[in-house]
Amino acid sequence: MIGYWVEIPRTNIRQAFTHSHFLGMIEREVVIKNRAGLHTRPAATLVKLAAKFKADFLIAKDGFEINGKSIIGVMTLAAEQGAKLLLRFSGPDEEEAAEAILQLFDRAFDEPT
Amino acid sequence: MTPTEPTRQEVVFRGIAASAGIVWGPAYIFQKQTPVISENSVEAGHLDAEIHRLRSAVDRSRKELAKIYEFAKQKLGDHQAKIFEAQLMILEDLVLFEAIVKRILAEQKNAEYIVHDEIEKYRRVMVAATDEYTRERALDVEDVRNRILRNLRDEKLISRLDGSPVIVAPNLAAADALILSRNTILAYVTEVGGVTSHMALLARALKIPAVVGLRQLTSAVHNGDRILVDGYAGVVVVNPSPDTIKMYEEKRERYREFEERLAGLRDLPAETPDGRRVELSANVELAEELEFIKLQGADGIGLYRSESLLLGREVFPNEEEQYREYRMLVDTMYPKRVVIRTFDIGGDKFMTSQTSRENNPFLGWRGIRVMLDRPEIFLEQLRAILRVSDRRTVSIMFPMISNIKELRRAKELVEDAKGQLRSRGLAFDDRVRIGTMIEVPAAAVIVEDLAREVDFISIGTNDLIQYLLAVDRGNDIVSGLYQEFHPAVVRFLRRIIERGKESRVRVAMCGEMAGDPLATILLLGLGLDEFSVVPKVLPEIKKIIRTVKYRDAKKIAKKALTMVTEDEMKNYLADVMKKYSPDIPREEERIQK
Repeated sequence: MIGYWVEIPRTNIRQAFTHSHFLGMIEREVVIKNRAGLHTRPAATLVKLAAKFKADFLIAKDGFEINGKSIIGVMTLAAEQGAKLLLRFSGPDEEEAAEAILQLFDRAFDEPT
Repeated sequence: MTPTEPTRQEVVFRGIAASAGIVWGPAYIFQKQTPVISENSVEAGHLDAEIHRLRSAVDRSRKELAKIYEFAKQKLGDHQAKIFEAQLMILEDLVLFEAIVKRILAEQKNAEYIVHDEIEKYRRVMVAATDEYTRERALDVEDVRNRILRNLRDEKLISRLDGSPVIVAPNLAAADALILSRNTILAYVTEVGGVTSHMALLARALKIPAVVGLRQLTSAVHNGDRILVDGYAGVVVVNPSPDTIKMYEEKRERYREFEERLAGLRDLPAETPDGRRVELSANVELAEELEFIKLQGADGIGLYRSESLLLGREVFPNEEEQYREYRMLVDTMYPKRVVIRTFDIGGDKFMTSQTSRENNPFLGWRGIRVMLDRPEIFLEQLRAILRVSDRRTVSIMFPMISNIKELRRAKELVEDAKGQLRSRGLAFDDRVRIGTMIEVPAAAVIVEDLAREVDFISIGTNDLIQYLLAVDRGNDIVSGLYQEFHPAVVRFLRRIIERGKESRVRVAMCGEMAGDPLATILLLGLGLDEFSVVPKVLPEIKKIIRTVKYRDAKKIAKKALTMVTEDEMKNYLADVMKKYSPDIPREEERIQK
């Protein structure tokens, strides 16, 4: 898993964010379950939830990595149903953040699947 | 215009009708400059002020958009207002603006430059996305960016206009169209854009006439020029003469009266006074039409042209992309029926330049022939359609069937697709209804055999008439020979409808003839079960059906079948129409298809 991350090409998007070094961090792979994908509404729910935690939250897809607390970032993911995302949490409350956010993905953002 | 100024020449522009209505008034040119962004250094001592400038620009942008959003909710309802929600959320993106602030401080550059550069990164990624949804959001991002940049320049949002102008613009963003509508806007006319753009959708929702696709218009119009807009026909007249205005005054009056009478029809069934109920459904290409179709009181969608998904694309949409489109279509129309026609495309979609072009594409590799030769693509589409059949409102229809073997093979592939979905554990309607187009004369001749294999048939008159009469109606030299009311056509239709009904399948028509008011009584009398028409003519056709007894229509059809020339037939039907529906606008004034 870690090796995969090293191989992610640096992109414009990635350069757009400066983030702290991830020492202790949580990584999870998730699949988009809801029919409509990560469109504006679920993206908003996700970003709002992430904002409640101190932990940094990053999302990677197909070599792009964006800040999961940024709506414009999440919009660029173009994550459709079935898309695989890699989530990274890092910070004092990373475990709580991961649990809450993984649950949201698991519930398919409370949208039809 | 002052009286001393010489009267300018009348100029007529033809575009695409996007929202109905006829108006005239002074032109107001609404032109947004594309911001020119210069990269300037900011002295360290001025950085705080620069950031303050950014914050107040973002703040003003947010207030503007919040107003637009509220206004949209009021005017259009929550659902349609959602198109502005994404923009508002971007303006509240703390991460984005933190990054911008950090960069201003670190690079010591002006706010305009950093805002443009930072947002452009996202916009570029979105423009390159494979799914249309994300590409559309790129427009939102662009609009937000321009809004912030304008506020950084301290320019006001143009929202107050004097008088009641016709807005003339090269292009009009939905947000601008909406904000301008707070004034008394007579009409919108733009150089680019289609009937499907957000702006066109808004214009229809706001009941403001609009014509789009008027190339070179802005260069021919000056602020204050008198301009006439015909949103029925998609025509714009600059500096109309008094005669022209008089003509359009009359046209407007005719339509106004007619529409008033149609207004009450929406919730009434397409039923004759003696109780013959037919289905009146709509032909659809684009999702944006659905709102309009529901307003027009359609019984469902009798033809969804799935090939419209291929417009402007290099590759076929995959199962998921198709599924999303179909889902939206079916859910929006629920509980009404939707007939999805599988891709009706020419083989040229698969041909690269090195492959020879077909000499005679109309008689070539097209419709079901292509799909049966490309089963992997066909199966992908069938799976997507089947997956939206779970609410039991969906039917599948095959185009260009010319023999029974093709139909059986297509049905086998439907079964294969079902098997694939079963193994994936996905829901679908096992008894999904299957239909075939009747548009090749051979299919019409064996219609009773085909009917045994399907649940419904649908007559595609455009191709059927071309093939039957051996006339390419796109060919100017012979297009006059393309005759909907050629006695051969009418007798052929009788045969198809009769044999279909004998085989106890529903007989529909989705060709243009179904939406021709002159043909309505004839088709009704021949026993057609379903008329699937372009949305615009729906109320008109319904009105005709509701005025003629089925008993009389049958007699009229019988008489029409004895006619030996098209002229005779048309004159007879025109007389009949005059008797039953004297108020239907005639010929050239007829609502444009």
